[in-house]
Amino acid sequence: MSEVIPIGPFHPALKEAAHFELEVEGEKVVGGDFKFGYMHRGIEDLATKKSYHSNIFLAERVCGICNTVHSTCYTQTVEALMNLDPPQRAKYIRTIVFETERLASHLLWFGVGMHELGYDTAYMYLWREREHVMEIMERLCGKRVNLGINTLGGVRRDISPEIIDFINGKLDIVDKVIEKTGKIINEDRILKSRVKNIGILPKDEAKKLCVVGPTARGSGIDIDVRRDEPYAAYSKMDFQVPLEESGDILSRVLVRFKELIESTKIIRQSIKDLPRGPISLEELPFPNKGEAFGRVEGHRGELVYYIKSNGTNRPERVKIRTPSVVNNSSLLYMMLGEKLADVPIIIASIDPCFSCTDRVTIVENKSNSRKTVLLSQLKRRRNN
Amino acid sequence: MLDTLRKFARKKSPWIMHLPCGGCNGCDIEVVAALTPKYDAERFGVLQRGTPRHADILMVTGIVTAQVKDRLKRIYDLTPDPKYVFAFGSCAIDGDIFNEGYAFKGPLDQVIPVDIYVPGCPPRPEALIDGLVKLLNKIDLKQSIE
Repeated sequence: MSEVIPIGPFHPALKEAAHFELEVEGEKVVGGDFKFGYMHRGIEDLATKKSYHSNIFLAERVCGICNTVHSTCYTQTVEALMNLDPPQRAKYIRTIVFETERLASHLLWFGVGMHELGYDTAYMYLWREREHVMEIMERLCGKRVNLGINTLGGVRRDISPEIIDFINGKLDIVDKVIEKTGKIINEDRILKSRVKNIGILPKDEAKKLCVVGPTARGSGIDIDVRRDEPYAAYSKMDFQVPLEESGDILSRVLVRFKELIESTKIIRQSIKDLPRGPISLEELPFPNKGEAFGRVEGHRGELVYYIKSNGTNRPERVKIRTPSVVNNSSLLYMMLGEKLADVPIIIASIDPCFSCTDRVTIVENKSNSRKTVLLSQLKRRRNN
Repeated sequence: MLDTLRKFARKKSPWIMHLPCGGCNGCDIEVVAALTPKYDAERFGVLQRGTPRHADILMVTGIVTAQVKDRLKRIYDLTPDPKYVFAFGSCAIDGDIFNEGYAFKGPLDQVIPVDIYVPGCPPRPEALIDGLVKLLNKIDLKQSIE
């Protein structure tokens, strides 16, 4: 007998509203369906009503966690329309902010992931140490979230020598945090048993589903826009693209962990080689009639912007394809055949923009009776 | 005696439920940051709950979207009295950058009554704690009038 378990849709404890309907046989997931769109704000429509300059701030508010990713991708696409080349110093500053945000985003993910596994000590530890990265962002941009550093043809704030000293000091602390995170991942047997060989996404299936980012690299697909099609100052950076072959949750965790190390490497390099000069262009031309396409490697994967210009001060069409859109489609494949208790960490493992399911309602098809189960009870059910 | 105890409990254990509507996650991560060790809102007795039936304060972030509006009203009705609504961030207050969009269905205070507003995009965790303390004083004042 199979049961259908609806999770969500507008669930108070979800970071973002989403609806999952899972078909289960006992504890095993045998089918499912997802529904998204509760957060629909009509951003692509709004973007056609605002000027190119105010759209930077709109793009930033597509996602608060990867806001610089969105604004960098948007400004680069519009700069392509304008035939602009921002100054070198601006490109380096963009790289520094971009990678600092990757540190913040991945540390946030590690915290949330640990919380999903019931390891709240590590969750609280990582969120406390994440504040060091937030302090770097605050010194760089004046804000903690929604940084507003990018502008058309450059950046809005310069980096002074004092800030460089501050960042170097904080990076030393972050190094220790990364070391301890590695210790937690590599040495904790209980944690490993919860993530190893669970939620497997093989390489051929990953290719079929077109997944991107750490989800793809965890399945052995070697893609990274930063290396394949360098933007900002990435062509001058020396960094590795971490790759894992096994495709389970552990490999996605390890990819993110190695990316933390690479990020600190990139920040240190760009601070060291920071060129002198202006941080933005004095004059901006009007965007040419035509279309442009831009992509960057966000924290969750490849982000794509398509902008069509009709020669006025407003874009005619803005299309955004976020990495979570493609990664979400791989969730069902990972869940099939797994235990119900592993579903929260499988959902969290692709780092979607929603990440915790706190309470679900079980609907028994036969009697059509409903009972409500807390996620903590769901986690416990695994042992019985 | 029981009355005094109840008044004390209401002031010392304001349990919140976090309601992310159509936000950008910016406010949501600041809410979580406020609950974690550096800012530690738990010293005011704040605990995050997963169900409206356990909550005293509904912490709403993000704009009220078309999909969320009716569900929000329902959750407000499910919350037991006395209940307080905390509008966290500019989006919840007036829609901020999204207020010209078709998915924006009015400011939060036109959907459910709001007790405290904390503006910002997103507000800092300190602002959350400040707003919380103001709300606790409000609860105290209301109780002393009663």
